[in-house]
Amino acid sequence: MNDTTDQFTDALRDLLNDQCTLRHVRDIEAGQSARSLWDALESSGFADALLPEAQGGAGLALADAFPLFELCGSFAVPVPLAETMVARALLADAGVKPPSGSIALARLLPQDDRNAVCERVACGRTADWVLAAQADGCVLLPTGSATKSDAVFVLDATLVWTAAAREEALSLPVAFNMRLLQACLAAAQLSGALMAVFESTLQYANDRNQFGRPIGKFQAIQHQLAVISEHVFAARMAAQIGCRADGWQPELLRVAVAKARTGEAALEVASLSHSIHGAIGFTEEFDLQLFTRRLHAWRQVGGSESYWHDVLGNALLDTRGSLALDLIRTTTDIA
Amino acid sequence: MSALNSLSMTAIPPEDEALRAPVRAFLSVALAKVPAHVRAKSWSGYDTEFSRELGRRGWLGITLPKEYGGGGRSAFARYVLVEEFLNFGAPVGSHWIADRQSGPLILKYGTEAQKRYYLPPICRGESFFCIGMSEPNAGSDLASVRTRAVRTDEGWTLNGQKIWTTNAHHCQFMIALVRTSGDAQDRQKGLSQVIVDLSLPGVTVRPIADSSGDAHFCEVFFDNVKLGDDALIGEEGNGWAQVTAELAFERSGPERLFSSIVLFDEWLAFVRTEAGRTPASVRLAGKVLSQLAPLRAMSLAVTQKVAAGESPVVEAALVKDLGTGVEQLIPAAIADDLYARDGATIPLELLRTLDYVTQVAPSYSLRGGTRDILRGMIARGLGLR
Repeated sequence: MNDTTDQFTDALRDLLNDQCTLRHVRDIEAGQSARSLWDALESSGFADALLPEAQGGAGLALADAFPLFELCGSFAVPVPLAETMVARALLADAGVKPPSGSIALARLLPQDDRNAVCERVACGRTADWVLAAQADGCVLLPTGSATKSDAVFVLDATLVWTAAAREEALSLPVAFNMRLLQACLAAAQLSGALMAVFESTLQYANDRNQFGRPIGKFQAIQHQLAVISEHVFAARMAAQIGCRADGWQPELLRVAVAKARTGEAALEVASLSHSIHGAIGFTEEFDLQLFTRRLHAWRQVGGSESYWHDVLGNALLDTRGSLALDLIRTTTDIA
Repeated sequence: MSALNSLSMTAIPPEDEALRAPVRAFLSVALAKVPAHVRAKSWSGYDTEFSRELGRRGWLGITLPKEYGGGGRSAFARYVLVEEFLNFGAPVGSHWIADRQSGPLILKYGTEAQKRYYLPPICRGESFFCIGMSEPNAGSDLASVRTRAVRTDEGWTLNGQKIWTTNAHHCQFMIALVRTSGDAQDRQKGLSQVIVDLSLPGVTVRPIADSSGDAHFCEVFFDNVKLGDDALIGEEGNGWAQVTAELAFERSGPERLFSSIVLFDEWLAFVRTEAGRTPASVRLAGKVLSQLAPLRAMSLAVTQKVAAGESPVVEAALVKDLGTGVEQLIPAAIADDLYARDGATIPLELLRTLDYVTQVAPSYSLRGGTRDILRGMIARGLGLR
């Protein structure tokens, strides 16, 4: 991390503290427009952070942008800011000037009738565009012309475009591994959300009194908090590994480590934090659920632990005549 | 929390990474005929001649200054060496403690005479150290040690007992945490570290057999042992602070991730065969890798902090608690994988290695501080205590 990155991180944190409080998150989840939040982010320039300076961006590498992605997680940002940063870099790389507006990432279902269908798009309800991968390239579709239906997570949606709308959309002959991008960014946002859950659970353990003292004074609670911190600490390192790349494109095995480990931590930390909070943490009114619902949602985005375990396991078993250490080094060594 | 935020991916300097190829070439030949269930002893494996050979090659005391016979290299040079030793299952137990912590401790706290006397033979692989911390009534509660060194005209007289002292029966010296003033109620106050020559009259060392059949740890008795004035290392009464700093070295190195890696590689060799590869084993291989990789990055980040002169006690405790968990997962999950198979012929050597690691695995989260002690330290670091 360098000074420039620190400045960007501080600036984004300030902006989110102002424009993306948990009140805003709740309102947008309840169906209010995300327009003013996105406009604030757009005018601040963060969505262009990965674009080359010559194209008006900040020229950050993926690794430099990790703290920004992480903030998207720790503030539960309900618009696809991290995804837009990467999508714009991808478009610029393909020689296309990125449009204004936020861009969600998705995969196009293979279809017979030439409709375009993207299932369960993360932030599909709040995004302006969907950059959807298909077998031989990708297509940039405006959400305004799509029919939206409910998905599982409240901000997500399944989007369907008519054949005509699909014809009008911009197609790019650039194939890329959409799941890899989704997993990389979900891991980074998980890191932020995990930290937020850890900090608020620690605070709750200090504030909540039972048996005449804060529950954080009990050894059983202390040890659960220690275990939470271990998972948060390991997941954060894993997420950094996932974002370790010179350009904007993440590397397969590093992302595999990142998504598998952050997903594992998400499950453990969600469970322990709810246990420590007791019934209040399970209410709609209390903010914990804003984050633990995201822990479960992001655990699913881009593939669960087992999906990425298989990727890593196959890579490890296909490498003969070397030590497991060598693949561990491949994913963790940096120049 | 700031501690958690401040760990970043850390590069091994190229000149240190360059050590990997020669050490690996040496280990590939030196250990070619040693079976996996022996190599699985990892840093409990014991071979004095092997240690001397490493000394001759300049691979011991590599972080100590050249004027004391060391290599004058960075903590990362040692990291690379140790990582290779552990992954090959080299028998590094003889010199392990001296190289890891006694040498650096003497360098940090010793007098010039102590450094000149003790460090060169450590670097040659001739002088082996053990750590005298636990006592029968001072295990996790280390501050209640009762072994006492009393000032005399010539130096000190030592009385008491240490226990669970790894390799004491093979070592020339012990660095012991003892009481030099006050009594057990004074806790951390009044403790000091002394170097005890284990060949002195009044010292009795008795090995204790463990449940795996090894006898790597010992009980050590001190009966009016006469120590010289120069037995004190560091400052009188500063023993607790010295020991705490020493434990940060002890808790975050590669030996907290790789204690069962020889078993993992031996299992991978089987799973790579046509008969061995199953969907469940592919998934398990990936799971272990996904846990080890972030831990290695964390361990390197803590090494960076130690190298920068910090004492990252909480971070080291986090790495050890998580790392030993993976070390213990490996034999448990491999046993489940292998014994879920019906009809496949599993190599006996793999099963023997698995059995050995299964038996010793409980020690991984005991040595250097139990899980509960580590979690208590983390809780203190989080401001809960």
